[in-house]
Amino acid sequence: MIQVLSFYLFASIMLAAGAFTILARNPVHSVLWLIVAFFNAAGLMVLAGAEFIAMLLVIVYVGAVAVLFLFVVMMLDIDFAELRAGFIKNFPLGLAVALVLLAEVVLGMGAYQAGSLKLGTPDGTAAAVVGASNIKSIGALLYGKYLFLFEASGIILLVAMVGAIVLTHRQRGGVRGQNIADQVARRPEEAVINMQPEVGQGVKL
Amino acid sequence: MIGVEHYVVVSSILFVLGVLGIFLNRKNVIIILMAIELILLSVNLNLVAFSSFLGDLTGQIFAMFVLTVAAGEAAIGLAILVIYFRRRGTIAVDDVNRMKG
Repeated sequence: MIQVLSFYLFASIMLAAGAFTILARNPVHSVLWLIVAFFNAAGLMVLAGAEFIAMLLVIVYVGAVAVLFLFVVMMLDIDFAELRAGFIKNFPLGLAVALVLLAEVVLGMGAYQAGSLKLGTPDGTAAAVVGASNIKSIGALLYGKYLFLFEASGIILLVAMVGAIVLTHRQRGGVRGQNIADQVARRPEEAVINMQPEVGQGVKL
Repeated sequence: MIGVEHYVVVSSILFVLGVLGIFLNRKNVIIILMAIELILLSVNLNLVAFSSFLGDLTGQIFAMFVLTVAAGEAAIGLAILVIYFRRRGTIAVDDVNRMKG
């Protein structure tokens, strides 16, 4: 019962957050709604018995979306004084969101304690394997049967990282940086001179 | 009782919302990237639901790969957005017409 209740709560809030994501006027708000949608999707995945993917979703996506948020903040002219001015006005809405999130967490915990949803079994197939935990069986599968795909996805991430760095890196002109090759190539003979200057003559460099 | 059909319905609604987001939005490329993330999320939800339904973990493994590709796509997309903004000073969708002949 509690699973059914939490399913409907998570699903409805996820869909509402998805709708607000594409409808919000302020891009910052739409990023925040996207985060809400991801959290609720993670809740749905926990209900389906996929704890590892759910946690991965929270870690990867909320991390990645936080970066997205930073980009929004950096790129657009958003008047933050105006945003902050609505603090008291938005207080009831914030309180409502916090209460909904609290209810979700409590319900989700209860549903998780009560066991994951049984989604039924397809005709002619046995029920899911019981015993090993979700993360254990995923690890066995990922590092066994799908090892090459796993490593290929690592390469994809590496290429994406290199690509992003190459695309956004720029050489600035007129900036004095450290030239390590010059420093290493410097020899004592050209750097130090022994002189015995005449008194009152000074040194010619 | 909740069955796999419920998950399929929810994820298809989310997919449609993502596609709608791409079409509705005429201002901001970042919103379009977020709509793509919504689409990938709905795909992941479907994969996970069917993995639970069929008792086969392969769906969850592939959800992970989808996650990887989504992360790479977000990184490259945002990098392109950054250099575009640097060059043009705007990220409005309607202004992207440099390659028009």
